[in-house]
Amino acid sequence: MEMKHEDYYILEDQVSIPYENAYGLTWTRFFEGLKSEKIFGSRCGKCNRVLVPMRSYCPRCFIEIDDTIEVSQEGAIVAWVLTEYEYFGMPTKPPFIGALIRLDGTDCEFVHLVGGIDLSNPDQVRKTVKNGMKVRAVWKEEKKGHILDIKYFEPVK
Amino acid sequence: MGRPVAILGSGQTVHGRRFDVSYPELVKEAVDAVFETTGISPADIDGVVFGTMPSMMEGVALTHFYFADVLRSVGKPILKTETCGSTGVSLAITGYYWIASGMADLVLVVGSEKMHEGDAQATMTTVLEPFYQRFFISGAPGVFSMQSQGWTVRFGIPEDKIRAAATKLSIDHHHDAFDNPYAHIKKRLTEDEVNNARIITYPVRLWDVCPTSDGACAMLFASEKAAKKLGKKVAWVKGVGYSGDEYWFGDSDKAEWQCAISASRQAYEMAGIKNPRKELDVAEVYNPFTFQELLFYECFGFCGFGEACDLTLKGVFGRDGELPISPSGGVLCTNPIGATGLNRVAEAALQVTGQAGAHQIPGAKTSLAHAMGGVVQFNGVMILGSEK
Repeated sequence: MEMKHEDYYILEDQVSIPYENAYGLTWTRFFEGLKSEKIFGSRCGKCNRVLVPMRSYCPRCFIEIDDTIEVSQEGAIVAWVLTEYEYFGMPTKPPFIGALIRLDGTDCEFVHLVGGIDLSNPDQVRKTVKNGMKVRAVWKEEKKGHILDIKYFEPVK
Repeated sequence: MGRPVAILGSGQTVHGRRFDVSYPELVKEAVDAVFETTGISPADIDGVVFGTMPSMMEGVALTHFYFADVLRSVGKPILKTETCGSTGVSLAITGYYWIASGMADLVLVVGSEKMHEGDAQATMTTVLEPFYQRFFISGAPGVFSMQSQGWTVRFGIPEDKIRAAATKLSIDHHHDAFDNPYAHIKKRLTEDEVNNARIITYPVRLWDVCPTSDGACAMLFASEKAAKKLGKKVAWVKGVGYSGDEYWFGDSDKAEWQCAISASRQAYEMAGIKNPRKELDVAEVYNPFTFQELLFYECFGFCGFGEACDLTLKGVFGRDGELPISPSGGVLCTNPIGATGLNRVAEAALQVTGQAGAHQIPGAKTSLAHAMGGVVQFNGVMILGSEK
């Protein structure tokens, strides 16, 4: 049923609430690492998996983890998507490629951006970006201890 | 296992851009419809289950308080169940538990969403924590496209083949929607229109993606005693399954999606189903994205991994095929998120009671309803039958 918007009164409203989200010790260390261009992961003492970002516990074995290791800044693309649309409050502006990246020596996928390539033509992007393709972290010059201190992962030439 | 549980009937609203009603009035439309269809009196219900997608969608928290009157819940217990896209099947399972446990004989189950009042993708983004994943996951189209992309490559499906299968699904579902009086988008599409539509999240294009709809769905779940008292044909819950992954998107395998596999297997085991493609007569698969719909066929064991595109192109899952999928037009044509999963259960119940009208699958006795939710994290499945 398509009703005409202008036929009815509409109340415009916006809810905006400030939050203070605590990183806790483990994530404070992880994001501090980004400031010095290091990506930290955690090795579970039971299943031996290397998980990234850092964890204070293993989500499968449910034991505490205190084995922090610096992981590789290179890895391979496992899945990716080129986003061409935008919505309210979108924290990253399109077009951009979001990807699951398996960093070398780790046992889960790291989610980040793939960049450093021309994104203007989707068909061209499709020919350039491939699953299994090697990528490497590119850092921003000014780092704030934020996930976007890594500008993106670019193809290893 | 609990007591047998029946579904007495359902009420769906007309879907679309519903500026003609306030939100409580929209919910009332579905609730009134289920009482009118079944002839049950609101005074006879023992409790209410209600749900939507995350509250950021409505801009009002705890909408079951806001809707207490129209839900006919005054003086009665009310539960809210909220699991993002899978809310509808979670609602049905909550109603099922309440009856199966013996704690109630008649429960009203309602899901709703007024999507044109808020911003669905901005809401979806708030499902993600603000430290890490929120920056990379572009709403529902982004995550589900990424999942499908990984699946396509894992099983070596050529791009032109998945495009052809997705195009067939889009054309068929939008066409099927003409036979569903409650469907939102009904359209006769050509291959060219689908293949050349605007890109949303490459390679997913406009007609591969569901609309945003305003709508509500209400259902009555009942004990055997209450069902007998009604004296009409009812649907019976034969199996339920619900399963989730770890929170982080990169921690679990999304191509061979474990929680989709295990939710369906839980439901099949309870229903005694060994070969779903043969034993199910119709399935309402949660299909907001054509590419992802194909992945579900494989996770649910309708076919082997890597086979869904070929079988779809052969018509195995069409209206006249071996296992018709979403003859209602499905989520691809109508998506009021908090109600969408419950619409699947309502449609599955209409099918096994022979009341689906123009989109009835002749002689359907066993049906499947499904919904998925979160950032590729949860799946719920319910199997219905015409016999207890």
